[in-house]
Amino acid sequence: MSDRSSPSKVSPAGYVLDCCAAIGNGILNILQMFGSIVAFAGQTLLHMLTPPLFVRHLFRQFIDIGYYSLPVVGMTALFTGMVLALQSFTGFSRFNAESAISSVVALSITRELAPVLAGLMVAGRVGASIAAEIGTMRVTEQIDALTTLSVNPMKYLVVPRVIAGTLMLPALVLVADIIGIYGGYIVSTHVLGFSAGNYLTQTWDVLEPIDVISGLVKAAVFGFIVTLMGCYHGYNSDRGAQGVGAATTNAVVSASIFILIFNFLLTQVFFS
Amino acid sequence: MSDKIKLQLKGVTKSFGPKKVLQGIDLSIPEGKSMVIIGGSGTGKSVTLKCVLGLIQPDSGSILIDGQETVGVTGRARDELMRKFGMLFQGGALFDSLPVWQNVAFGLIHGKRMGKDEARDVAIEKLRAVGLGSAVADLFPAELSGGMQKRVSLARAIATSPEIIFFDEPTTGLDPIMADVINDLIVECVKNLGATGLSITHDMASARKIADYVAMIHEGKIIWTGPVKDLDNSGNPYVDQFIHGRAKGPITDRADLSVKAA
Repeated sequence: MSDRSSPSKVSPAGYVLDCCAAIGNGILNILQMFGSIVAFAGQTLLHMLTPPLFVRHLFRQFIDIGYYSLPVVGMTALFTGMVLALQSFTGFSRFNAESAISSVVALSITRELAPVLAGLMVAGRVGASIAAEIGTMRVTEQIDALTTLSVNPMKYLVVPRVIAGTLMLPALVLVADIIGIYGGYIVSTHVLGFSAGNYLTQTWDVLEPIDVISGLVKAAVFGFIVTLMGCYHGYNSDRGAQGVGAATTNAVVSASIFILIFNFLLTQVFFS
Repeated sequence: MSDKIKLQLKGVTKSFGPKKVLQGIDLSIPEGKSMVIIGGSGTGKSVTLKCVLGLIQPDSGSILIDGQETVGVTGRARDELMRKFGMLFQGGALFDSLPVWQNVAFGLIHGKRMGKDEARDVAIEKLRAVGLGSAVADLFPAELSGGMQKRVSLARAIATSPEIIFFDEPTTGLDPIMADVINDLIVECVKNLGATGLSITHDMASARKIADYVAMIHEGKIIWTGPVKDLDNSGNPYVDQFIHGRAKGPITDRADLSVKAA
C-alpha cells in the first residue's frame, strides 16, 4: 500500500509530457512501418527483375490467386450489379429517368465497384491466406531454412505471389465487369420490365475504353497491394500462434485501407 | 591430425534494443571436429548460431570461415557461402508443402541445379543413411512422427555434403531412445562427410556423445572451452553446476531466476 504513494506525485507538466511521448511514439511507429513497407516493396521489385524466377511457383499462384477467387469475385459482381439496377430504378423513377439505369450500372461497375470490391474480397481471401502461410513459415523457421539452403526467400515466396496478384486481379476484374453488367441486365429485363435490346445498346453507347482500362489499372495496383501486404505482414510475423493471427489481421486491414486510399488517388489521376 | 581452423569467431557482439545478448564471443573450431556449445536458455546460444549462419547481423566482431571474413557478405556471395553450410533446425523446419524427398533434395535442386531424377536418387540414399526407407519419400512431413521429422531434417542438412553442419538442439522434444538414435546418426554423418560440426544444446547426454570440444556460454560470453574429456574436471564452477544440473550455484546466484522461497 505504502509504495503506491509515489506515482500520485507526478506534476501536471509530467502528464502533458507523458501524453506527448505516447503520441510521438505512436507516430514514430507508424512512420517506421511505412518506411519498412516501402523498403520491402522496393526489395520485392528488385528481386522481380533479377533471376532466378520460380516459374512453377508462379503458375501455382496464378491458379490459387486467380482461378480460385473466381467464385467469390463473380458472386460479388453479380449481386452488386443486380442491387445497382434496383436502387437506381427506385431513385431515377422519381425523375422519369429510368433509362439511365444501364449507364449507371455500366459506369459504376467498370470504374469503381468491380475493382474495389474484387480488391477487398481478394484481400480477405488471398491476403489473409498469404499472411498466415508465410507467417507460419517464419514461426517454424522454414524461412531461415530456405536461406540456409541457398534459396532467397524473397524470390521463392514473395515474388511469385506479388506477380500473380498484380496480373490476376485485372483478369478477375474483367470477368467481374461482365458479370456485374449482366446482373444489372437480368434485373432490368426480368424484374423491371425493360427491353433487352435497349439496355444493351445504351450500355454499349455509354462505355468508353477509359472506363474499363482505368478499372483494370486500379485492379493491378490493388492486386499488388493485397499480395504485398500479405507477404510483408507474414514475413515480419511475431513468434507464436498469436503472432500469426496478428499478421493475418494486419494484412487484411492494411490492404483494405490502402485499397481505398489508392482508389481515391487513382480516380483523381484518371478522371480529373 | 590437421589443426587448421575452419570456423573462428572473434569478439562477436549483438544487442536487441537495450538487451546485450552477445558480449564478445571468441571461439575457434578445428577442421573436421565437432564443437558443442552448452548453456542455459536465453544465454545467447541460438543468436550465436544465427550470426554464423548470417541470419542475424552481428553488431561488431568478425566471423571467419577458412580464414575469410563472412560478416557483411550479402547477395550472390552469401548464397555461395551458404552452400558450405548444412543446418538441422530445432523444430525440423521441413517445408510442409513439399513431399519428404523434395525436402531432402531441396538444396540439390535449387542450390546446386541438379536434375530432378538424380536429386531424387540422392535424396533416397540420404534417407537410407538416416535409417528411413524409400516408402517415406513420397509422404508429407505432417504425416511423420517427431523423430522421423528430425531424421528427414538431418537428411536434408547432409544432402548437399556441406563442409560445416549446424545442429540447433538436435534432441529437444524426443524421447531418450530416439534422442540417442539421432545422436548416433549425427556422429556417423559428420564423420562420414568429414564435416566440421557446431551444435548448441542443453542436453548433456547429447553433448557428451557428439562433441570433440565443448564451450560453455553464459551471459553472452564463452566462459570455458576445452576437449570433451576435460568436461568433468574443468575446475569451473559454472560448468560444474550446469553439467550436473544443480539448482544452486554461481549461474543461478546472480540471475533473476534464482530459486527463492516464493
